[in-house]
Amino acid sequence: MSEIILNGRKVKVRKGEFLLAVARREGIEIPTLCQHDAVEPAGACRLCLVEVTRPEWEGWSKLVTSCLFPAEDGLIVSTDSAPVHKTRKGILELLMARSPNAVPVRELARQYGIEQCPYPVQHDGDNCILCDICTRVCQNLVTGAISRIDRGVGKRVATPFAEPSTDCVGCLACAKSCPTAAIPYEDEGLRRTIWGKTFEVASCAGCGAPTVTAEQAAWIEQSKGVSREDQLVCDRCKAQKTAAAYQKLAW
Amino acid sequence: MKLTLANIDGYRQELVTQRKELQSIMVCCGTGCRARNGLGVAEAMGEALEAAGLGDEVKVELTSTGCHGWCEQGPIVTIEPDGVFYTNVKPEHAGEIVAGFQSGHPVQKLLYRDLTTRERKVTYHEVPFYSHQTRWAMRNVGRISPTEIDHYIARDGYKALAKVLAGMSPAEVVDEVAKAGLRGRGGGGFDAGRKWRSAARASGSPKYIICNGDEGDPGAFMDRSIMEADPHGVLEGMIIGAYAIGATQGYIYVRQEYPLAVKHLEQAMADAREMGLLGEQILGSDFSFEIKIARGGGAFVCGESSALMRSIEGKVGEPRAKYVHAADKGLFDRPTVLNNVETFICVPLILDKGAEHFAATGTAGSKGTKAFSVVGKVNCNGLIEVPMGTTLRELIFDVAGGVPKGRTFKAVQTGGPSGGCLPESQLDLAVDFDTLADAGSMMGSGGLIVMDDRNCLVDVARYFVKFLVDESCGKCVPCREGLKQMLAILSRITQGEGRTEDLVAIDKLCDVLKDGSLCALGKSAANPVLSTLKYFRSEYEEHIRDGFCRAGVCGKLCSYHINEKCTGCAVCAKVCPVTCISGEKKELHVIDQGPCIQCGSCFDACRFDAIEIRSAP
Repeated sequence: MSEIILNGRKVKVRKGEFLLAVARREGIEIPTLCQHDAVEPAGACRLCLVEVTRPEWEGWSKLVTSCLFPAEDGLIVSTDSAPVHKTRKGILELLMARSPNAVPVRELARQYGIEQCPYPVQHDGDNCILCDICTRVCQNLVTGAISRIDRGVGKRVATPFAEPSTDCVGCLACAKSCPTAAIPYEDEGLRRTIWGKTFEVASCAGCGAPTVTAEQAAWIEQSKGVSREDQLVCDRCKAQKTAAAYQKLAW
Repeated sequence: MKLTLANIDGYRQELVTQRKELQSIMVCCGTGCRARNGLGVAEAMGEALEAAGLGDEVKVELTSTGCHGWCEQGPIVTIEPDGVFYTNVKPEHAGEIVAGFQSGHPVQKLLYRDLTTRERKVTYHEVPFYSHQTRWAMRNVGRISPTEIDHYIARDGYKALAKVLAGMSPAEVVDEVAKAGLRGRGGGGFDAGRKWRSAARASGSPKYIICNGDEGDPGAFMDRSIMEADPHGVLEGMIIGAYAIGATQGYIYVRQEYPLAVKHLEQAMADAREMGLLGEQILGSDFSFEIKIARGGGAFVCGESSALMRSIEGKVGEPRAKYVHAADKGLFDRPTVLNNVETFICVPLILDKGAEHFAATGTAGSKGTKAFSVVGKVNCNGLIEVPMGTTLRELIFDVAGGVPKGRTFKAVQTGGPSGGCLPESQLDLAVDFDTLADAGSMMGSGGLIVMDDRNCLVDVARYFVKFLVDESCGKCVPCREGLKQMLAILSRITQGEGRTEDLVAIDKLCDVLKDGSLCALGKSAANPVLSTLKYFRSEYEEHIRDGFCRAGVCGKLCSYHINEKCTGCAVCAKVCPVTCISGEKKELHVIDQGPCIQCGSCFDACRFDAIEIRSAP
């Protein structure tokens, strides 16, 4: 078992653990915008920076992203030192200029005492902060229908050539995982539109509520082996069915 | 024929004996010379030799070489073994050159003329641009045909590989490279031996070797020159590296803009396979290794090692954190060694001549030589390879011939777009990886852009930041958003709308970039701004406080005027693109400030110092 010093306190760590996970387990708050439990860390938002050093570094230290930095034995970590605070604040100011209406950005900016953004603010700015959660979720858990296209300030999330994608199954995993609600979609009755493509949504065999799209059902059946019949029951009805089954059990 | 450890030395000896008697007329057909009709020259030379009855002469050989690294003098024709050196050759000169070759009297008008003495120099051994150089990485550049494997073998090619496979263990090879003190030439300057050792020890299979030929720094072309002119040298370095770390597959990542390099590398790989130097059981040993070429799509960031690996994997070319080294988890998450073209080509030299030989040249921390691409306001633009520790002054003034047109040296930008600008006071810096970093710049891949008093350093910083804005991958916030804000501030200053608090804002942004960015592109992106602020702060202040650009570059902050030194020669009026200069012949001329666009053409054209730069009206 390895040990690190986290904000002055000795903490046991497991092999292969990242600093962010250790800190969170210890109840220490570190801000993040691009971290999502369902996918591998990316190190894109840079807000989870912490300061690390080792006794043998003789006073030298560096800032690293805690979401990606392995918690190695003997590491001395400060999660909220002055350089950490200053850099996080600098990053948040930049994000405030880009996406002033994104709720998590505003909330963090408030926490870090940013009253006025020092840069020209794009008041109608894009809510997308390019955290890449949606693309990673789609890539790793679904079909990889969206990706980051272009580069630099022009970078954005889109389907290939920004055309309706044959791979998109309309599952909404991207939109639901987006921390800033920046991915627009429309659900009207049993019709769903996202990324320029319209899907028919099947209704629940039990109550008629919307369930999955036909493409989604086919993809889940093929990749996860769940039959279409099972998918065509909404979560609520599934819960009721299960509860009923439990009630019948003789204890 | 298949070469083996047993027959390669004999084969080389035979080639050397054959070629000893040979006179070679070598026409440069590198990318630069091709653009100036080098292929036409090569064809005309062939016809002229035919016409002179030398077409079938076994002792005369016509060869196309790769890039010599002095493209501004191209097309270049050399005659070996004497080294007769012709510049700016056109197809119509072919007859004269052949006649001169037969008579032994070189064609005077095509010889290089010394900048100071104005004397014609017959051979390249006498030309200062070459005579001051120590060409190790570029040892074969311009001396062989890149498409003839025999030329390479005759010049000790694949000798190091044979030595390694015949009698050295992989660990001994790693030790030798470590002992030589070879540091990565691509920019990072990381100890190559250490990198190889980590990869050799790492568990995981297969292991990979990658050669980075994605040279993206504006004005830098040493890797292009090496890949085009000496592709076998690159292959040999990679094969030795693969043996040392136990790799079975290699990749050469070449940028899209280098089609000739790809062609020559492909030809070299095919020839090497045919002769048993690449592929299964190299030189008849148990060691097998294969190489593929991967072509980049033109993104600057894909020269960054982790982004490059993602690009080879077919993913979006974005860097990732290097907390886990590529030597452990690189390409396809397997142990990988990635080195630059110039690093690999040093490897055969080290193994052939020994680590001590290599380490005897250079400084305490940086061994061997380094190729620089010296461009901008110097008399000789081109590739210059010198021992580490050579001063910037020697490089710029002795080898590259100094600043042209009698203008004054102002700054030299080293290390590509994310390097720094160093002033006159730093010219005696002995250039190596560490001194440049200490001075606030970096070695980078070895680009040197020389600037004179007609360059505005604020505008230069703005230019490089603009380049980085365009080339940032956009993955992390500090680089993507920070550079955008930095560009806005710098543009404002060059437009005459700078504010005093801008310099504070710049400092703050530089800190966020340095401390917050994910990869080296963002971390070093502050360098051009920080270094110009450090050494040329007064220029920023002049722009903001006085609204004046002394270099006459920022149009809104300067105006051009003609003073009494004017002789009325009217040269300025002729070059003015908006015809706003008027005056009688031999009379004082006047610039009409209304239509003047402050392009500075008149200033550059005037030979009497009669044009002055003043603040904007």
